[in-house]
Amino acid sequence: MAGLWVGTASLVAAGRRGRWPPQQLMLSAALRTLKHVPYYSRQCLMVSRNLGSVGYDPNEKTFDKILIANRGEIACRVIRTCKKMGIKTVAIHSDVDASSVHVKMADEAVCVGPAPTSKSYLNMDAIMEAIKKTRAQAVHPGYGFLSENKEFARCLAAEDVIFIGPDTHAIQAMGDKIESKLLAKKAEVNTIPGFDGVVKDAEEAVRIAREIGYPVMIKASAGGGGKGMRIAWDDEETRDGFRLSSQEAASSFGDDRLLIEKFIDNPRHIEIQVLGDKHGNALWLNERECSIQRRNQKVVEEAPSIFLDVETRRAMGEQAVALARAVKYSSAGTVEFLVDSKKNFYFLEMNTRLQVEHPVTECITGLDLVQEMIRVAKGYPLRHKQADIRINGWAVECRVYAEDPYKSFGLPSIGRLSQYQEPLHLPGVRVDSGIQPGSDISIYYDPMISKLITYGSDRTEALKRMADALDNYVIRGHMLTKSEKNQLLAIASSLFVAFQLRAQHFQENSRMPVIKPDIANWELSIKLHDKVHTVVASNNGSVFSVEVDGSKLNVTSTWNLASPLLTVSVDGTQRTVQCLSREAGGNMSIQFLGTVILLRCLMEVSTVYWRRHTKNREKEESHKSVGNTPMLYKVNILTKLAAELNKFMLEKATEDTSSVLRSPMPGVVVAVSVKPGDAVAEGQEICVIEAMKMQNSMTAGKTGTVKSVHCRAGDTVGEGDLLVELE
Amino acid sequence: MAAALRVAAAGARLSVLASGLRAAVRSLCSQATSVNERIENKRRTALLGGGQRRIDAQHKRGKLTARERISLLLDPGSFVESDMFVEHRCADFGMAADKNKFPGDSVVTGRGRINGRLVYVFSQQIIGWAQWLPLVISALWEAKDFTVFGGSLSGAHAQKICKIMDQAITVGAPVIGLNDSGGARIQEGVESLAGYADIFLRNVMASGVIPQISLIMGPCAGGAVYSPALTDFTFMVKDTSYLFITGPDVVKSVTNEDVTQEELGGAKTHTTMSGVAHRAFENDVDALCNLRDFFNYLPLSSQDPAPVRECHDPSDRLVPELDTIVPLESTKAYNMVDIIHSVVDEREFFEIMPNYAKNIVVGFARMNGRTVGIVGNQPKVASGCLDVNSSVKGARFVRFCDAFNIPLITFVDVPGFLPGTAQEYGGIIRHGAKLLYAFAEATVPKVTVITRKAYGGAYDVMSSKHLCGDTNYAWPTAEIAVMGAKGAVEIIFKGHENVEAAQAEYIEKFANPFPAAVRGFVDDIIQPSSTRARICCDLDVLASKKVQRPWRKHANIPL
Repeated sequence: MAGLWVGTASLVAAGRRGRWPPQQLMLSAALRTLKHVPYYSRQCLMVSRNLGSVGYDPNEKTFDKILIANRGEIACRVIRTCKKMGIKTVAIHSDVDASSVHVKMADEAVCVGPAPTSKSYLNMDAIMEAIKKTRAQAVHPGYGFLSENKEFARCLAAEDVIFIGPDTHAIQAMGDKIESKLLAKKAEVNTIPGFDGVVKDAEEAVRIAREIGYPVMIKASAGGGGKGMRIAWDDEETRDGFRLSSQEAASSFGDDRLLIEKFIDNPRHIEIQVLGDKHGNALWLNERECSIQRRNQKVVEEAPSIFLDVETRRAMGEQAVALARAVKYSSAGTVEFLVDSKKNFYFLEMNTRLQVEHPVTECITGLDLVQEMIRVAKGYPLRHKQADIRINGWAVECRVYAEDPYKSFGLPSIGRLSQYQEPLHLPGVRVDSGIQPGSDISIYYDPMISKLITYGSDRTEALKRMADALDNYVIRGHMLTKSEKNQLLAIASSLFVAFQLRAQHFQENSRMPVIKPDIANWELSIKLHDKVHTVVASNNGSVFSVEVDGSKLNVTSTWNLASPLLTVSVDGTQRTVQCLSREAGGNMSIQFLGTVILLRCLMEVSTVYWRRHTKNREKEESHKSVGNTPMLYKVNILTKLAAELNKFMLEKATEDTSSVLRSPMPGVVVAVSVKPGDAVAEGQEICVIEAMKMQNSMTAGKTGTVKSVHCRAGDTVGEGDLLVELE
Repeated sequence: MAAALRVAAAGARLSVLASGLRAAVRSLCSQATSVNERIENKRRTALLGGGQRRIDAQHKRGKLTARERISLLLDPGSFVESDMFVEHRCADFGMAADKNKFPGDSVVTGRGRINGRLVYVFSQQIIGWAQWLPLVISALWEAKDFTVFGGSLSGAHAQKICKIMDQAITVGAPVIGLNDSGGARIQEGVESLAGYADIFLRNVMASGVIPQISLIMGPCAGGAVYSPALTDFTFMVKDTSYLFITGPDVVKSVTNEDVTQEELGGAKTHTTMSGVAHRAFENDVDALCNLRDFFNYLPLSSQDPAPVRECHDPSDRLVPELDTIVPLESTKAYNMVDIIHSVVDEREFFEIMPNYAKNIVVGFARMNGRTVGIVGNQPKVASGCLDVNSSVKGARFVRFCDAFNIPLITFVDVPGFLPGTAQEYGGIIRHGAKLLYAFAEATVPKVTVITRKAYGGAYDVMSSKHLCGDTNYAWPTAEIAVMGAKGAVEIIFKGHENVEAAQAEYIEKFANPFPAAVRGFVDDIIQPSSTRARICCDLDVLASKKVQRPWRKHANIPL
């Protein structure tokens, strides 16, 4: 499976529309391919990132050398700040990551093991070895991997290496959901009503659930990221949920302890960034709205939240700081809250690390959180007072994932990035990424490949910039491996021949016999991705023997040509393909494996979002795919003769009739739903014309901006009258 | 194809050799050899057409040569050429000179097979006559176009075409013409005109006997246009083909209109505005591939039943999406093509005139492998009403299907005939009658499905029970009435106070399939999802349908 697509969750709607509808909105943002992708040098990567942060004091002594125990975008992010502070950096990497961007950016690099994370980025022994070897004075763990591993922190302490993060006890206290909840209660932080202990069995779970009142949520004590979470609305579901969650928790975390709490209906996920030092100071750096989630994973974040008022924000901030103080928190951390529709907020958990979404906070506060983490770790007190922390403008972040859209976005999609260009030429855009053109997306690591952050004076501007940035973000994967490509070609040509043979298969007509052409070998020419492949196919019953670019493949199937899904065996490998369309002229669209470049847009965040713990999953599926149709391969198959003659056919200039909308019939305009300057998506309704007492919806022929509107509701229009022009 | 030609050439060589031997007493061996050489030379020249330079020039214009076109259209190795040695007989204007004579003249003719089924083909050859271009004059074709277009029609050229058409009629196999011609050959004068008329006559004689298809692959102007116009289907190649009676310059001088060739007679004009052409394709290769595809729908002659191809789509397949396809509000549109796609085999539907009179959809599809003709009102365009153009489009299609034993399936959602002065002045009465006439006249199996509205006279027209529909179904959403509820109430209850109640009463009474069903005007009210299964089953039964009409010389359709 070597497909790469990139899913970007974006909040683009409002900025494009020029207005701000409260309901959920989806809008497409297309990726445009640029032919020439400039080579990204290290320097380019460095200067292009504009970290909206305050400068540092060059006289303030800091570490000489820091090891970054991470990979990908966060490693690059940390290295950038280190460079700014004049600190030497050490990257660690697995063998497959040897040529990745973070390795190139760092001053030194140490290979810590083979590709699987357990043998490399989680391999404490090897990392400790690297630290000793390079004499790094401190370690920044990034997020994930060892960032919240108390063992690692302990190991470092034993070697007198500073862990750039909170103290071990804070990690431990906050790492356990039950303990953290007890601590939060003690610090007078609002907590979700629930049972503060381990639930023994299903019957006890039911009893507790009844006490709390339905709906309740059952979750793994050691859990995170939505694993081992269940919502129960009655006793029956509680029993099932208990069983399933404990199984899931046992398999995911090796710890089947469960707890139960009140399920907050329609919650928002809002978190407060806190920053503490070793001198007992702590600040709250405002909130991040993280309500847009998918499978309980954040995809779009923004700061500040449109939902909070000043009082709620302060109350949340003060409680977060209280909690941080209670655990003597001395680094950057995040206190997550659930906020219900009445702005009641409840403590959820505290993350004792730098969060993925930290850039939005940096944008609006002007702080460089990594820099502050390093300073604090060195032992300096915070430079800021709570009163210094303000909200300047608005920032939005979209996470860009490489995922397989045809496995419900569930599995990472891997492959090589053939084209990649970040939209850094636009104002107010920051991209945190650890990839460059030619980078491999590996199956071993997180499918999040970059973060796109835009910043503006207000939310509308930030969103508008996000829309533009997404439009300008070029991400193209090179999808198929050679053998997969050959399989695709073999299947396509077998299908082609099967269709050709079937076309000769007439019921016996005695008046004039059908004399089928006797073709032993079908010489075909298949065009895929502008490359022409020569294929020779022959069949024996339902078995096709296909020679593709020199290699021979046997393709077997029932060849039920009416079935949309076709199970094909290629040299023993089972593949399921769909032949979605087939034209007499040789064009065929085949769905094969899961690869495409796809940009997904999620819904608007302000009022509606994916309910974190909801039963209904439909909303999750409602993101819209735009750009290329997922995973479709367009091939053109011609016989050798036709392909040779096809060379003489002229390239046609594409006629653009899609930008003008004309009335197809005489009638009365009932409604016009666009105005000049509006962005419209292909297929979006533009106006409604009533003719012969029937309402006909006129839709946009392409995605674009409305240039001019030539009709008004109530107008009588004739056939061919110009209604709307698009740009 | 080359192999076949070689075989043919070898065969010819042998027979010549044999006759040479018989005459051995009188002839010298050298004579036979020289004849052989001449045969070889002629064949080579004929195969090369106008020479490599001309072939290249043709390719540069994005067009294929006559022989390349045939090789793509027909099954490999199946082409059998006739009249390769025919030359023109014109002696005037220096035409008798050897350099102005080409074996085969400017057309390649013969027979071959498409997916194993016999077909006669002629392919006009523009390039053989390039060196004549300054001489070739068509009275209707202005001088400046000559440098581009040749392939003019001579007496010999016409004779070759007539020969294969005659044979096609006697054998009972379709004729496909690949047209690419500059018009009449002036040097030949009236002989060339006679040639046209000979072809026209055969077009008419063959009409309704064998399917005739024209594919316009280059210019076709003046008198030449009437041959395609007489055939059953006229297809065009986008950007490289033109059909017009007179070119832009003559138009300018006569009517003072400024118009380009493309605007006047290009593929777009004829497939969207004039309705002269039935469909347009991207380029030569695309057109020929599509033509092969299209050919598979057609029976070889009026003596043959509609072809039945192997089918992988179960005939009793239920189509659940049809149960909800008709919107609940009767004023809301939906796409009839969606219904057609889901009912027919494998969603394959070859639409005829997809861009002309879009308020009616016609085309070929298969049901359980058997070719059927589909006619459907398109609620998406002009509410699916019948007007002048859609009536004519539908009528011609229905008559083709009837002539060639192709069963007709009609999907009805028609609010009536389009009112207005434009339509009345345009002769909607006369043209609407054509569709009515065609459906009434048709004796092929006729299955009708009323999906929603069937109002007024249009209800009668659309293959109703009263016009001998064999099986007429109504979906539960059907409304069969004289007119919509509002209009009806305004007439029936004129001056009545409680209009709304009256309207509700009318809807209750008529906006449903029962009034027609109780009278037996629909045979059954069916669940939409079962439509495919029902139609396939009916067509099996109706395959043996026989209808006798009273003798007449020919019927008189209101043209």
